[in-house]
Amino acid sequence: MAEQGLEGSLHRELGLTDEEYERICSILDRKPNHLELAMFSVMWSEHCSYKSSRIHLKRFPTEAPWVLVGPGEGAGVVDVGDGIGAAIRIESHNHPSAIEPYQGAATGAGGILRDIFSMGARPIALMDPLRFGPLDDPRSRWIAEGVVSGISGYGNSVGVPTVGGETVFDECYTGNPLVNVLCLGVLPVERLVLGRAEGVGNLAVLLGSTTGRDGIGGVSVLASAGFSDEASDADKRPSVQVGDPFEEKRLIEACLELLDSNLAAGVQDLGGAGITCATAETAAKGGAGMDVMIAPIPQREPGMQPFEVMTSESQERMLAIVEPGNLEAVLAIAERWEIRANVIGIVTDTGRLRVLDEANGEVLADVPAKALEQDAPLYDRPRSAPADLDQRQADSANSLDAPSDPGADLIAMLSDTSWVSSQYDHMLFLNTVEGPGGDAAVLRLKHPSTGLDTGRGLALTTDGNHLWGSVDPYRGGVMTVAESVMNLAVVGARPLALVNCLNFGNPEHPEVMWQLSESIDGLSEALLAFGIPCVGGNVSLYNESRGTDIDPTAVIGLLGVVDALESPPPGVRLVEGSRLLLLGHTDPELSGSAWAALQGHRGRGRLPEVDLEAVASVADAVRDLVIAGLVQGAHDVSSGGTAVALAEMAVRSGVGFTAARLADHSDLFAESSGRAVLCIDPEKLREVLDLLEERGIEHSRIGVAGGNRMSVKGQFDLGLDEVTASWRDHLPDALGSGTVQG
Amino acid sequence: MATNVAVIRFPGTNCEFDVVEVVQQLGAQAQIVFHDEPSLGSADAVVIAGGFAHGDYLRPGAIARFSPVMEAVASFAQSGGPVVGICNGFQVLTEANLLPGALQKNAGLKFRCGFTELRVENSNSVLTSEAQVGDILSIPINHFEGNYTCSSETLAELQGEDRVLFRYVTNPNGSVDDIAGICNEGRNVVGLMPHPERACHDLLGSRDGIVLMSSLLRAAGLNAGVPN
Repeated sequence: MAEQGLEGSLHRELGLTDEEYERICSILDRKPNHLELAMFSVMWSEHCSYKSSRIHLKRFPTEAPWVLVGPGEGAGVVDVGDGIGAAIRIESHNHPSAIEPYQGAATGAGGILRDIFSMGARPIALMDPLRFGPLDDPRSRWIAEGVVSGISGYGNSVGVPTVGGETVFDECYTGNPLVNVLCLGVLPVERLVLGRAEGVGNLAVLLGSTTGRDGIGGVSVLASAGFSDEASDADKRPSVQVGDPFEEKRLIEACLELLDSNLAAGVQDLGGAGITCATAETAAKGGAGMDVMIAPIPQREPGMQPFEVMTSESQERMLAIVEPGNLEAVLAIAERWEIRANVIGIVTDTGRLRVLDEANGEVLADVPAKALEQDAPLYDRPRSAPADLDQRQADSANSLDAPSDPGADLIAMLSDTSWVSSQYDHMLFLNTVEGPGGDAAVLRLKHPSTGLDTGRGLALTTDGNHLWGSVDPYRGGVMTVAESVMNLAVVGARPLALVNCLNFGNPEHPEVMWQLSESIDGLSEALLAFGIPCVGGNVSLYNESRGTDIDPTAVIGLLGVVDALESPPPGVRLVEGSRLLLLGHTDPELSGSAWAALQGHRGRGRLPEVDLEAVASVADAVRDLVIAGLVQGAHDVSSGGTAVALAEMAVRSGVGFTAARLADHSDLFAESSGRAVLCIDPEKLREVLDLLEERGIEHSRIGVAGGNRMSVKGQFDLGLDEVTASWRDHLPDALGSGTVQG
Repeated sequence: MATNVAVIRFPGTNCEFDVVEVVQQLGAQAQIVFHDEPSLGSADAVVIAGGFAHGDYLRPGAIARFSPVMEAVASFAQSGGPVVGICNGFQVLTEANLLPGALQKNAGLKFRCGFTELRVENSNSVLTSEAQVGDILSIPINHFEGNYTCSSETLAELQGEDRVLFRYVTNPNGSVDDIAGICNEGRNVVGLMPHPERACHDLLGSRDGIVLMSSLLRAAGLNAGVPN
């Protein structure tokens, strides 16, 4: 084995520090060669090893009796009853999407699908929380259009419906969009598989696409550094992989057939860090070793170096661990689905990951599998609150002038995102009871093997609020969980499990590490209070552009269950003649609100107080009222406050409202947690009020639905048609203004 | 014996299990037939389900027409058996010359998914026999290439022979003459872009697809016993 010739330069080029290089030398008890160094560099990258965040992630509560698989595997899995497990995961593909929006977003969807079916689950839904720079920036529009086309092109073709998500435009994402993708799958509990290489002599079979030079160093060069200037960012474009949804579709069907037929002891997806990661992880987790051969790996072009083959992130590949006796059957299934299948490795008992040029050939690399997977350095990076925190907290948005025209501010905060969701198949599999545009998606729950309808439903929401995070990442985390819980309550669902995608700036900035740590503690406090386990997560760091970090953006996905799905949820709507109730306590604090941001006030003041016990009782009451069929329309109150909640219910249903008891702009636009607007049939009103009074739930009768005006006494009186047109046309008009490729 | 519907599955098809679910919901039997099968078995009707057969590579349906099962579908159609192509299945049927015309990219060049309103224009076909002319049905579309086009002679023929079965109330994709679905001269081969199987359940927002799927099952029942 040739040792590294240019000591001290190569490891830095590969993104390793001098200390990390020393650590590798001490693990191997010699200097690593080029291939070994490349393998360590991808496995120890921030993206794969979570070296800056792992010590903080341990603080998430992760246990509950229904958790089958917690964080650390391909996906979290919870028992949802009737012998069905639900597998869920969320990931980011922020940096690839910044420089190659279509492929970046497409391969983000592809990667997370493989995580789900590698657990033995059939993917049944995608969600895509998206955040872009402002709509008046042509390059941000180019990114937004490309990302949406990429998700549409890949998700639709691969045959998994995209049932919801978020679309946010804000100046802090200029140059560094956030493209998060969540996937939900279902599996018969007995088919649950984990990526393990057990059984000496078992074969590692590489399934799917050829291995090319695309995506080399994607995790280390691209995902684990920020963006600087445009010229060098364009140079990074070849680090982005190219997706093929048809290959993925056949791979899904073939892998699920392998697992159905008990032909694979384990399957593992090839994502970041490619074959190195898949082989090291399966070997290390199975307590085994593996010999990997380069020659039988189908290569897309001649002349590829072993380090390229081992670190390529070519898409649509899976690794199956197969007993030799089952190989023939595995190859037959692969042939039926027209995917490649090649034996590229064998499980050993050495605990070492060895790379050979061919069977019994030259040993090109020889490292402990565990060292790659588990011995990455753990950093407790310096963290500190912003130096001007006290000063910022003293500047409350409540000292801003009251709006002269609250109606105009309201209209500025309304935007229909169906331009995005109409490009996604959101109905496939005949599950989608509530699709994009609702507070949470609601899916019929059918048994994945028999197809039998359980009569129950799964509910899913993704939420994040960077404006809250920039004021107070801790309480922002608490409020985000509270929002998700309320989103589930309005569709009649109770929460089961959470996944998170923590999008933050450069971890080498102490303020960013403080944000991350605070955010994790805030999320955890709320999870403990609601009794919700965290079953997985993803940390995306280095989200910065030209030295400026994004606002802290903790995105969460919350999975819930609807115990009896007999009719569709009430939905975000009003019904002519019905009564409007506002549930929950309004703290008039405006700092961190969308209204304050509209006035240019952001990142300052303090967020509203949150009483988690009160939030839980409101959510319980809302859920119970919805399940009892006493609610005709329901919407949680979050970004934009009560005014935006009412307005969205009106424009979605084409029914106006006349409201009162919203005395000032704080009542209209404050975003305190644990509130919902309900639309109630006058004949059911007494019953609803009795229940609320009995439970001591704070509530206010704020008006009546009906007519073609949207009016709040003393605040605004707007024509429904005019507001509807502005809401509907906002996004298409802005995106129709043309784009500029970065 | 219950009528039996063959649902064709190419690599890349994704609506096959949805069609099976609805066929079973309506009391008939369904079986998936993989694209490499040269025979349809004992099928009384055939549905070519939606999706992206062979990845839609080259263009939708262009490769699927060469799959072995398509010869069996063609002879089944030839002998009068009911054949329905939904969405990608419609595209396959035009590529296989079992229906005239072609489906090009939507006007607006965007994928579109959502409910549309269809007007039933003719009830003389295997998919519309139980519907009334003039019925307005709420049925979802889900396509990028749903913009129906054909020569003016073909259009005149379709119109003259009452072979336009459905028109969009509001044209979502630029299709000529608002056409959403057509049939062949024998009225036993039907292609449509909207997905009736997605509109057969209260929880899914519409039951308007049931009248169409029931029509197909009735045609299948009438066809039962006819040798394939």
